[in-house]
Amino acid sequence: MSTMVAETFDCRVAFAEELLALARADERIVAVCNDSVGSSNLVAFAKEFPDRLINVGIAEQDMVGVGAGLALSGYVPFVCGAAPFLTGRALEQIKADVAYSQSPVVLCGMSPGMAYGELGPTHHSIEDLSWLRAIAGLGIVVPADPAETRAAVRWAASAATPVFLRIGRFKVPAVTDSFSFGTATLLRDGSDVTVVAAGTMVSRALAAADEALADGVSVRVLNMSTIAPLDEDVIRRAMRETRGIVTAEEATTTGGLGAAVAAVVVAERAPVPMRMLGVHREFAPTGSTAFLLEHFGLAASDIRAAVVDLARADA
Amino acid sequence: MLVADPRAAAAWRRFRQDLADSGPERRREMLRRRANQSRTTDLQMIGRAGLGHVGGDLSVLDILTTLFFAVLRVDPERPDWADRDRFVLSKGHTAGALYATLAAAGFFSAQELDTFAGPHSALNGHPNRVKVPGVETNTGPLGHGLPVSVGMAVAGRLAASNRHVYVVLGDGELQEGSNWEAAMTAGHRRLANLTAVVDRNRLQQGARTEETSALDPLDAKWRSFGWDVIEVDGHDHLALLAAFTAPRGERPTCVIANTIKGRGVSFMEDRVEWHHKVPTPEQITDAMAELAR
Repeated sequence: MSTMVAETFDCRVAFAEELLALARADERIVAVCNDSVGSSNLVAFAKEFPDRLINVGIAEQDMVGVGAGLALSGYVPFVCGAAPFLTGRALEQIKADVAYSQSPVVLCGMSPGMAYGELGPTHHSIEDLSWLRAIAGLGIVVPADPAETRAAVRWAASAATPVFLRIGRFKVPAVTDSFSFGTATLLRDGSDVTVVAAGTMVSRALAAADEALADGVSVRVLNMSTIAPLDEDVIRRAMRETRGIVTAEEATTTGGLGAAVAAVVVAERAPVPMRMLGVHREFAPTGSTAFLLEHFGLAASDIRAAVVDLARADA
Repeated sequence: MLVADPRAAAAWRRFRQDLADSGPERRREMLRRRANQSRTTDLQMIGRAGLGHVGGDLSVLDILTTLFFAVLRVDPERPDWADRDRFVLSKGHTAGALYATLAAAGFFSAQELDTFAGPHSALNGHPNRVKVPGVETNTGPLGHGLPVSVGMAVAGRLAASNRHVYVVLGDGELQEGSNWEAAMTAGHRRLANLTAVVDRNRLQQGARTEETSALDPLDAKWRSFGWDVIEVDGHDHLALLAAFTAPRGERPTCVIANTIKGRGVSFMEDRVEWHHKVPTPEQITDAMAELAR
């Protein structure tokens, strides 16, 4: 068990730096935002490319429609807004103008999950994964750290397909060194229980795996940064090679990562037991992000407890 | 994706050349006849499919005909030509009118119209850009076309292209708030390469617009959002042509086209029940006789 406190990062910084670097090399790249120049970390972009930063004001439906119009005209728009408003307010635009129209917009949901802690459930974006996963043809990517954020931004710029990137604000340690759209990354191999995590939960899953060694449980950790389309093969492999699956996400469990994994698991002839960690159709009480993650059972110790519970229940 | 009909496209090119070479009265008559042919086609499609939005189809067809047969710089045989003008039908429920117009211009074969709304047809009840050439974005839910068109106009400006973006909006549709977000953006950014055409037939699905959630004074609304406004008779082809091609200033233009829902078929005109009622075979025969005049 590590006693060192790892350095942590706001992924919006990596996002903004990478976007700016890409924009310097490719004039098709533009940014569209809803007055969120500051909160989307687009200040430097606006300064260097004032004509290519289209700030429509506080108007998310317009923002997504404008992004679609740009994409359909050959540009590569990164449409940036706080995740709750981008997804909730403009859901029909995401469905009709982006996904159904197959317009290659990069939707960037900034400060997702419960990153806005004390601002409360109006500003939390825990429903986004459930909402968006229901939409055909939309890729959903939840990077776990700055390196993966950079790689996902680079991939999205040339993907030519509708995609949603969840760009974290709550600080996380560096845990990844690669990103491949549609493929989970094996971060820790183990033989008893698999933890499938995304975003802020990945570093916590790794910590839980460390801690579970003390319980004699060998934990496999998968970074499932692409929520849709899901890497189903890696789930089936985990079912064969370990005895249970824990999913962990900073989102409601009604339709996000856990539900996606469960749909794979129950379709198999020999399903394995699962535990789904996340928010269970509840609005958060007042509190900081760190407090809320603990409140909803999303600390490393909670993941460890779920892992041990599964390992023992099955033994 | 459907493919162009070269013979129909050639006929469309001849029509446009002939129109350009003609005087005003002949132009008016050419466009009137062309629009009424599309009205007939549309009624037959609706009769065959057993569904459609006949009232709005008939009100918008003079606008669509004038745009496609006299104004838009497009090429039915090169629908992805980068510098084409963009046309967006925001009132996507009048897809039948658009399909009849696109087929007449040669974007695809008129035979396809027989499949309208049938199983696996490219011609869905609302237009799909992935399946139908000439369709720029998928519409259907109201209040989507103008924001997308604003994005297209911003793109045209970024690309330093002189292409123009035309978007046709229903009047009832203007009750959707997203239109006013986009109107504000276009006015603020002075998108002079954007023209919004309002099919002002004063009827929505269940009642008159002014009895439901009043739009008037509509011209003042657009002006206050930073747009130039031209108000015309939406069934006067020469007035539409003049409005669509008038020199643009530094602001986006809204053409309020005053129309009659059900235009051209006496028993449908200005009657709310013909929003999406399907005419009987006898009614279609009667309507076609009126339109043949």
